[in-house]
Order: sequence, then C-alpha cells, then structure tokens
Amino acid sequence: MTAMARTRLLQAIRDGIVEEMDRDPKVIVYGEDVELSIVGDLRGVYERFGPDRIRNTPISETSLTGMAVGLAAAGYRPVVQMMFANFMYTGMDAIGNQMSKLRLMTGGQLELPITIIATCGGGSSNAAQHSDTSYPMIMNLGGINVAVPTTSADAKGLVKTAIRSPNACFIFEPNGRGGEVGEVPDGEHLVPFGKAAIRREGGDVTVVAIGRMLKPALAAAATLDDEGVSAEVLDPRTLVPLDEDAILGSVGKTGRLVIVDEARECCSAASQIAAVVAERGFPLLKAPIRRITTPNVAMPYAPNAEAQVIPGELRIAAAARELATRTAKVPA
Amino acid sequence: MTTGLDAMAGESHPGDQDATPSAVEAFRLYETMVLIRRVEERLRDDSAAGKLPGAVHLYIGEEAVAAGVCAHLRVTDYATSTHRGHGHFLAKGGDPRAMMAEIWGKREGICRGMGGSMHVADLSKGILGANGIVGAGLSIAAGAAFGAKLASAEQPSAEQPSAEQQGKGIVSVCFFGDGASNQGALMETLNLAALWQLPLVYVCENNGFSEFTPAAHVTAGRISDRARAFAIPVAEVDGNDVTAVWRAAGEAVKRAREGGGPTFIEARTYRIQGHFEAESFVLSGGRYREETEIEQWRQADPITRFRARLIESGTATAADLDRIDAGIADRVNDAVAYAEAGQPADPALAQTLMFAPEANPSKGA
Repeated sequence: MTAMARTRLLQAIRDGIVEEMDRDPKVIVYGEDVELSIVGDLRGVYERFGPDRIRNTPISETSLTGMAVGLAAAGYRPVVQMMFANFMYTGMDAIGNQMSKLRLMTGGQLELPITIIATCGGGSSNAAQHSDTSYPMIMNLGGINVAVPTTSADAKGLVKTAIRSPNACFIFEPNGRGGEVGEVPDGEHLVPFGKAAIRREGGDVTVVAIGRMLKPALAAAATLDDEGVSAEVLDPRTLVPLDEDAILGSVGKTGRLVIVDEARECCSAASQIAAVVAERGFPLLKAPIRRITTPNVAMPYAPNAEAQVIPGELRIAAAARELATRTAKVPA
Repeated sequence: MTTGLDAMAGESHPGDQDATPSAVEAFRLYETMVLIRRVEERLRDDSAAGKLPGAVHLYIGEEAVAAGVCAHLRVTDYATSTHRGHGHFLAKGGDPRAMMAEIWGKREGICRGMGGSMHVADLSKGILGANGIVGAGLSIAAGAAFGAKLASAEQPSAEQPSAEQQGKGIVSVCFFGDGASNQGALMETLNLAALWQLPLVYVCENNGFSEFTPAAHVTAGRISDRARAFAIPVAEVDGNDVTAVWRAAGEAVKRAREGGGPTFIEARTYRIQGHFEAESFVLSGGRYREETEIEQWRQADPITRFRARLIESGTATAADLDRIDAGIADRVNDAVAYAEAGQPADPALAQTLMFAPEANPSKGA
C-alpha cells in the first residue's frame, strides 16, 4: 500500500510545481499576482525560491504567453499562471500562432516545454468573463496537450508531467474545487497524459465526465444506482491526448454514452468525444450519444441563472436514465 | 531626398559618433548587404518566374539595418524577425543554401520545408525565426532576453557550464517594422523590458508602409517616442546608412551585454519592393505610392552609398569590392542550385513534428 496524504487540490498543484522547481533550476514561474498566490496554487513558493524563479508580471497576457516561447528558446521551462481561462483569449496570438505551431514550422528545431495553468468553469457568480471553459479552442490547435485534473492526486501528477514534457501543456484547474481534499500518494507521483481513469464501475451506461463535471456525474451515478441503473463514470484526465481506447472500452461494455462537459456545446470536447465514438465505435452503441454541455451562451451572473446552464446532477441523471431504458434498437 | 530624418529631434543615442568600423568590419558589412541583396534579387526573379511555392516579402533597400545590427551579435545571441526576414537570417549567420531550400519547399530546407519564406529559423544560431505575425517577435525576444538575464544570475556549479557560458552577457534583438509598432505587444514589452532591465535591443525598421498603407495614414506621432515614454534610451538613425546603424547598434548591444537594459533603435528606411512579390495581382491597378518616391529612395541605396564611401575613404578599391561581389554571385548560384536539386519535403512531418516525443515521465529529464 502506498502511503497517502490528504491534500487540497490547489495545494497538490503547488506541491507538484515545487518538486519540479527543486528538481530542475530551469523551471520558472510567472504571472499576475503569483508572489502572493491569489489563486492559491503557489502559496509559499516565492518565499522559498525568490524573484529569479517566480515573479509577478504586469497584466500583459499578450506578452506573458509570447515570452514563454522566448524563454523556451532560451532553455527555460516556464510555468505561466494565467488565473482565469478567459484570459487566454487576451494572450491568444502566442498560443494559437506561436507555441502550438513553432515546432512544426521550425522543422522540429524548437521544443516548447511550457506549462500554462488557469482556472476554468463557472459556479461562483464570476460572470461571463471569468467563467469560461476554454479548452476546446486549445484542443483545436493541434500542438498543445490539455489536462483537466479534478482530484488532488491527478492535479499533482499531471502538473509534474506537464512541466517535464517537452511540449506545451495547459492545465485547467476546476473552479470551485480547489479547496476539496483528496488523497495524494507520498513520494514521486506522476500521472501520464492520455490515460483515463474509471472513477466508478458500471454496466448500463458510460458517463464521460470532464474536469469539474466529475462531481455531479458521480452524484448522478449514485442516484441512478438507487434506481437500478448502473453507470460507469470515466474521467479522461487529459483531453489531448485523449484516451480513446478507454472510452471505447467502456462503451463496449455499456453500449450507451453520456458525455458531460462544461464547455459550450458547439465544438466542445464532448462533441469531439462523440465524433470519435461515432466513427470508431458505432457498432457498440445501443442508443444515440448524448452530450450534456453548457448551451451556446455566455455564463450569466445570477446564481439561479448560472445553475440553469451549467450541467448538473439532474440533467446528467435524466440523460443517463433515458439512454439506459432504450432497447438495443435505435429508433429511426 | 526626404528620409524623414530631418523631422527627428529630441534626446537620441546615435552611438559614439567617432566609432568607425575597422577595414575588416567594413568589408563584412558590405559583404553581408550584398549577399542579402543578391539572394533577394534572385528570389524576386524566381518568384516572378513562378518557381517558388509561396509568397516572398523582400527586404531590398533595407539591408543596412540587418547588417549593421547583426555585426555586433554573437552566435549565442538571439534575434527575432518578421515576415520580411531573409536579411536578418543571413546577417545573423544563417546558411543561404538552407534558407533557399526552405523557400523552395525542399526537404533540405532549414525548417525541412515546413516553415517557408516567412518562417526561416535556425535555433542553433540564435535565429528564433522570421514570423508571419508582425508583432509576435516582440514578446518572444523579450522572453529570450528574460532567459538571458536569469541565466546570467544563475550560480555556476561543478557539473554545469559556467554562468558565462550559460548566458551571461547574452543579448536579444527584436527586428520589427513600423506596422508592428501599432500592435499592443510593443507597449507591453517596452514596459517589461524597462521594468526588468532586460538585455533587449528593439530595432524598428521604419520602412514607411504597413503592408499597403503609408505609415502616415496609420501611425500617430514618432514611433521612438513610445520607447521614450518608458525611459528607454532611443537612437534614431538613417537606416540606409550602414555605418550609422552599426554605431547605434554597437552602443545598444554593449549596453545590453553589460546589464544596462534595453535600447530602442528606430531606423528610417524604405521598402523598394512591394509588400510581397506579385502584389500587383491583389492591387488590381490600385496604387499606394508613386514611382517618383521609389526612385528617390533608390538614389539613397545603402549598398551604393557604402560602396562609394569605402572607395572614397581609401578603405577599399573598386576591384576589392568587385571580388566580393563575384564571390557572392557564386554563393547565390550555388544556393539556388542546391535548392533546385533538393528533394520534395516529407509530408509525413506535418504529422510527426507537432509534438516532441515524450520521455517516460518517471525517468529523469
């Protein structure tokens, strides 16, 4: 048995970053308000490492992302704390035109060991400009890894893998879940990219729950269990690379698929997963695939309006219940 | 002859006015400028002949800037460039053969045919790449400068190279145009470079045009004033006078290397060719400048001017310079022959080069 420590998710990210900073002097951290760690994932790091390893920056996202490319070219492994995933839009040129493309464009000369960390998702009345789940646009670029940790152990293990990777990796922290406590194995703990985790086993319906959506998906699965519907809940952990085989393996067992994604429906990660399963696993399906996403709207501010658009336990359970009652034959 | 220099005033750091390139340095400046010119004339002709797969944006008339600045750079220094980047690549020591093969879309290209004219890069020589986004180099160069600054502060250890080898005194240069000066990245990086005293040299090549629009129509005030607002030392120079550029860059690079922070050089020059070759197709008869203006600037050609000065000062004879010209003609022919004989690019690279292979994460870095 591996010894475990109970750790908050944000603290687990901090632990992972600190271990990698200890391990490699080329790992440096910067961003807005990182010295005080307003987000909470870098507490005490400034006191330990000082301004040549972690540094506050101006609110200059265009340059924060671009400088990461220059730092990578100069042999560093920058970790950029971008606070909210919405701020990626402000820093998008260097993401979309530089870090996702320069390895190919230079014929493989340039490696981009860049880690970008930001919080995504709603649920806190932060309103539309601080609540987006922006990974679909990053997934679409093609040259960037995307991780969506939602447990403390994965948060630590994925951030460590990201920092060691020779490629740009985006870590989307689940908004509102940073204070949740989970067990983290003692000692060196790395989680590989591209390996999904089955969070709950079941035989009637597969629920792929991305990031923050794991919690309501597990709650829905518990409710369904009381009703005699056995849901298997799968956490992809990374969206690029995506563990397609694990998803297809589960669908092969259940024949039914619900994908829960807080991103907006259009071109969401759920859409991509649905397309993969439709292309590669169509004969496995006993019912149509269902996507449970945020509709194509800006996140409203009022708590009741916000709760209505973000996928929740009831919508997930209803979709899974409906699929589980379908027969093997898909109606025309 | 209006270069716009007469309109420039205010505090300026044009470099030590008595500094003069040695004979060896002068020959190198001349050779670099002629190499860029002949390579680009060939690209102009080959583009017109339909031999090149993509567009080329030529630097003809602006060679003194790349030559004068890069003369002060070491192979370990960094430079970022623009879509008009062949001159910077060559002046920083890039291989003409590998560049030509890249522009021809060949496997032997410096980027294996995956980047093309607008994206020539040679990381082994600190050439961080030409870039299709006009202001993108600003923050990339600032990041490299930040890295150089951090490296100079790192403690050397027994196993590691000394701080000197790792980065002490490394300088990062950003070439960009008057068009890129209107991107927000300039304000952001001027602020950061001044705040952190980065070893960064901004080289604004004010060639008078944002693509097809005269600078006067889209750019307010003096570009160099944007740097003055951050208390960054400024040099405004005649970008068609290679000695003037060389002087200003010498002071700027020295300041950066010695930890004195950034410098902003505004080099006033002129784009003799269009925004890109074959622009007449997109212009469809439209005009954005007069032939007389182009002709005026041809009279201020940086190579002709420098050649005359070298002969006049007795530094070189016409025969000396003709020998350099002949040598370059051979190199250009060789580079084109190399590109032409190259293999088609490997299309599989588009799949395999997007990501670097991941090491086993549980193993050491």
